[in-house]
Amino acid sequence: MGQKVLMKGNEAIAEAAMRAGCKLFFGYPITPQTELSEYMAKNMPKRGGLSLQAESEVAAINMVYGASASGARVITSSSSPGISLKSEGVSYLVGADLPAVIVNVQRGGPGLGGIQAAQSDYYQATKALGHGDMHLIVLAPASVQEMASLTGEAFDLADIYRTPVMLLADGALGQMMEPIDLDERKAREIPEKTWACSGHDNKREHNIINSLYIVPEVLEKTILDRFERYRQIEETEVKYEEFMLDDADFVIVAYGITSRIAKTAVRAARQAGIKAGLLRPITLYPFPTKKLAQLADTAKRFLSVEMNMGQMVNDVKLAVDCKKPVTHFGHTGGVIPTPDEIVSEIKKLAGN
Amino acid sequence: MKTVFDKPHALTDIPFHYCPGCTHGIVHRLVAEAIDDLGIEGNTVGIAPVGCAVFAYNYFACDVIEAAHGRAPAVATGVKRAHPDKFVFTYQGDGDLAAIGTAETVHSGARGENITIIFINNAIYGMTGGQMAPTTLIGQVTTTTPYGRDRNIQGNPIRISEMMATVEGVGFVQRVAVNNVKNVLEAKKAIKKAFEMQRDKRGLSLVEVISTCPTNWGLSPKDALKFVDEKMIPHYPLGVFKDVTKEETK
Repeated sequence: MGQKVLMKGNEAIAEAAMRAGCKLFFGYPITPQTELSEYMAKNMPKRGGLSLQAESEVAAINMVYGASASGARVITSSSSPGISLKSEGVSYLVGADLPAVIVNVQRGGPGLGGIQAAQSDYYQATKALGHGDMHLIVLAPASVQEMASLTGEAFDLADIYRTPVMLLADGALGQMMEPIDLDERKAREIPEKTWACSGHDNKREHNIINSLYIVPEVLEKTILDRFERYRQIEETEVKYEEFMLDDADFVIVAYGITSRIAKTAVRAARQAGIKAGLLRPITLYPFPTKKLAQLADTAKRFLSVEMNMGQMVNDVKLAVDCKKPVTHFGHTGGVIPTPDEIVSEIKKLAGN
Repeated sequence: MKTVFDKPHALTDIPFHYCPGCTHGIVHRLVAEAIDDLGIEGNTVGIAPVGCAVFAYNYFACDVIEAAHGRAPAVATGVKRAHPDKFVFTYQGDGDLAAIGTAETVHSGARGENITIIFINNAIYGMTGGQMAPTTLIGQVTTTTPYGRDRNIQGNPIRISEMMATVEGVGFVQRVAVNNVKNVLEAKKAIKKAFEMQRDKRGLSLVEVISTCPTNWGLSPKDALKFVDEKMIPHYPLGVFKDVTKEETK
């Protein structure tokens, strides 16, 4: 156990990335991820790394692509509108099987939207962050501690599975300060990057990093192989937190900052005599589908609480498979739901 | 028997897919010869474009990364910043470099990235079948300018070498052509010089190569070479537009 330090969520990601051996950050300024790039700019040079401000999000993600293709650990960060710009590069990272860590400190959308915390990029992150048949691993921290520990985990997952990994945070988690232990996590074993393009040194055939396959059967094969890796990821990498679920009739599903508010609501509901509990997905892809399917056998009702108009609720519905009612409660546009509102919703639904 | 002509080591054995009379093959060879001359194949990473040269990763024997359309200079930046002592070059066409990738081109220059850009200007989108390029000449017929490029509708052709020469951080810019032996020899010198500038960390080096596209120009290979002399070069004059090593000796 290391010494605890007080940090902002955005800074915790930056510090954890450097501690995970990442020496390259490419970004473009946008609120509310700003502290992350500023921390990188201040500290990377002191530790033999580089923090480079690109001319656009598009350029930044392609710098990430180049650095990753050459074998380096590399990270970029942005907020919602900037992530949309990065989606081209993310698709290419997937298509070329390149590891990278992409941080989305979410704000309200669509368009310029707002700059307050939101969770309205859930669909984008988990369903369609780029064209083509693809996924990326999506991790959803709910504390400054997790902003740090999941960053280390993100780099390891990216390297093990040769895939981009997204840290899906939000403006609240990015801005708030909490004491954290930066040495909490143990690194995993990482395979050697024999595929990297950093010069063959006249010792091997040339490596090629590419996402173009003109022959449909060959392209299909690369996708099938990638989906076999996704299957492994779905089997072995699902992470979630259970809170008062053992005897729960009423299951709230919430991730990130919303899960913290939901915990308060669960406690209040319990005091009011409702057996509420919380399932907090930590991995949004892979989604804790199996766990929810189990809960569907014992619980009576599910409520997905999100800071959007109802996105994750559809994954909950798919997992519950019509066995029990599943509904959504939330605010959007940067409005944060209060514990009281959630408790009222629980009472209303539990009374039915 | 003495070998007087051979394939450069920095080219693989895979046959080029280019159309008859296309000059991509010549430029590939010149790049490979420069890599051989400098003995840097093992320390070089190429960045392939989207366009006719998309399969360049099959042809160059060094490590090669395929980039998204226009993004090659950003990808090259990522490689170079991770491996400052390796040689990194991009090979891009006019649509890739001068339209969708203009920002990446200009800013890689402004940052003084020690990379080499080989810029193929044939005034047309070849791979997609002959659409207007940012460098298409006024009056030139393409599938998307079927009545000829009209400056009042489609705007004006961009002169990249002249523009990049104004960018601080760019060390070397030369426009060459490969339509006759003299020009090919000059192009070879320019490409080698560009890699030497990179070696000496003099900032971005760019060689614009005026090239042909007989297929999409609707010309025979021979007439395409004539088109370079009569139409292309008058609009895109050959020469050195920037050389920071020369500026120092003035």
